[in-house]
Amino acid sequence: MVENKNVKIVMDKDGIDRCLTRIAYEILEKNKGGENLVLVGIRTGGVYLAQRLQKKISAIEDKDILLGILDITLYRDDISTSSKKPALGKTKIPFDLDDKKVVLVDDVLFTGRTIRAAMDALIDFGRPKMIQLAVLIDRGHRELPIRADFVGKNLPSSLWEAVSVNLMEKNGMDEVIIEGET
Amino acid sequence: MKFEKKDILGIKELTVDEINLILETAESFLEISTREIKKVPTMRGKSVINLFYEASTRTRTSFEIAGKRLSADTINISASTSSVVKGETLIDTARNLEAMNPDVIVIRHSAAGAPHMLAKLLRQSIINAGDGAHEHPTQALLDMMTIKEKKGRIAGLKVAIVGDIMHSRVARSNIYGLSKMGAKVVLAGPATMLPRNIEQMGVVVHTNLEDAIIDADVVMMLRIQLERQNQSIFPSLREYSQHYCLNRTNIQLAKKDVIVMHPGPINRGVEISPDIADDPSCSVILDQVNNGVAVRMALLYLLTGGNE
Repeated sequence: MVENKNVKIVMDKDGIDRCLTRIAYEILEKNKGGENLVLVGIRTGGVYLAQRLQKKISAIEDKDILLGILDITLYRDDISTSSKKPALGKTKIPFDLDDKKVVLVDDVLFTGRTIRAAMDALIDFGRPKMIQLAVLIDRGHRELPIRADFVGKNLPSSLWEAVSVNLMEKNGMDEVIIEGET
Repeated sequence: MKFEKKDILGIKELTVDEINLILETAESFLEISTREIKKVPTMRGKSVINLFYEASTRTRTSFEIAGKRLSADTINISASTSSVVKGETLIDTARNLEAMNPDVIVIRHSAAGAPHMLAKLLRQSIINAGDGAHEHPTQALLDMMTIKEKKGRIAGLKVAIVGDIMHSRVARSNIYGLSKMGAKVVLAGPATMLPRNIEQMGVVVHTNLEDAIIDADVVMMLRIQLERQNQSIFPSLREYSQHYCLNRTNIQLAKKDVIVMHPGPINRGVEISPDIADDPSCSVILDQVNNGVAVRMALLYLLTGGNE
């Protein structure tokens, strides 16, 4: 099955780090500082990226930026039709979202359905002043009118290709790969 | 891991992996009940029928809240206000309910095996909310969740279950579950309340409370079913409580960090003294209720959402 797979590394460890540094500055620039700013990472890849952004932004601003974790499984639009019951992770947003500027963080932006679910979930937690979206990779093929405010890299892809963001915290190495049959 | 079961009929039928999956899923659901908006859209458009042929406060309310927090429509039917009083049989009632197309039927019945019969008969998922003296799987799951939450594990713990084992579906489901999860289960009760050959379930049996709770990590007290007083299985409530009531004195025999559980409703001063039941340093009775909603949400979630 794995044969004829054409795997290409499109971003390495340093590339990911530079992207996140730039995004950290862009977030601060757009929001004019870290006032009322909170990060919410979408399980699972988005959580690690959000943690890294949290470190960078907190260091730049010299203040602690709050971080939440969101599992969007219960808000998926295919949950009642899919035969698989996806494993459910814990959601942890231990702070009030009212009037906060929330930056949602995810690894890959694809159809936009995950982000739709995430926005629905966030709104159940309160009434944020605004919701912004930061992603490491935007691979196109949107099925909903959603776009990211902060993008690490635009990666035009075919529908049959798979884009994976591997991160040290869960895969033991930092890299973005695209694979597809040749 | 994928959950393949159509129904939840008993703990006996569940594997260790399935129990772990249910408990982990339930832990994730706990958070929803702490939100200001205690609702997620997961089961929108699904309906859950609670069919209760026996009295219940906790279990029925818990299932109803679990369904509602998942956005399912929940419908409660209790035998006393349904066509059952007109003489309709369980099978006829079930077939009629099936025709209304619910997704899950939760049933409590005084006859052991009633949920199993419905499961064979109907295409809907059936959850056993207590069948006779047989099983009460959701209670055992919430008990295991509570033990895991408080002790961090189940394997290796000594759990004493005390009271009327004979008539207790809670005891039977917990014996199956806790033994599967690697706990050491010890039972205690008067000989008239201990089923013959219960040792075959892999438990140690005592006829006095003190022997059973020595060094216990968990003590689970069962309700004395007052309605059975006339069946001459115990002489009087007072005599029962003299020997089997958990109190300040005998609890010292258990481990220092012992937790005390009770499936409810409690008879204060009969099987448990009020100061123990209300002592937040050992009693986890209300945590059990809280976890019960999460466990039932997890089961509804895992059972629905498949391709029809």
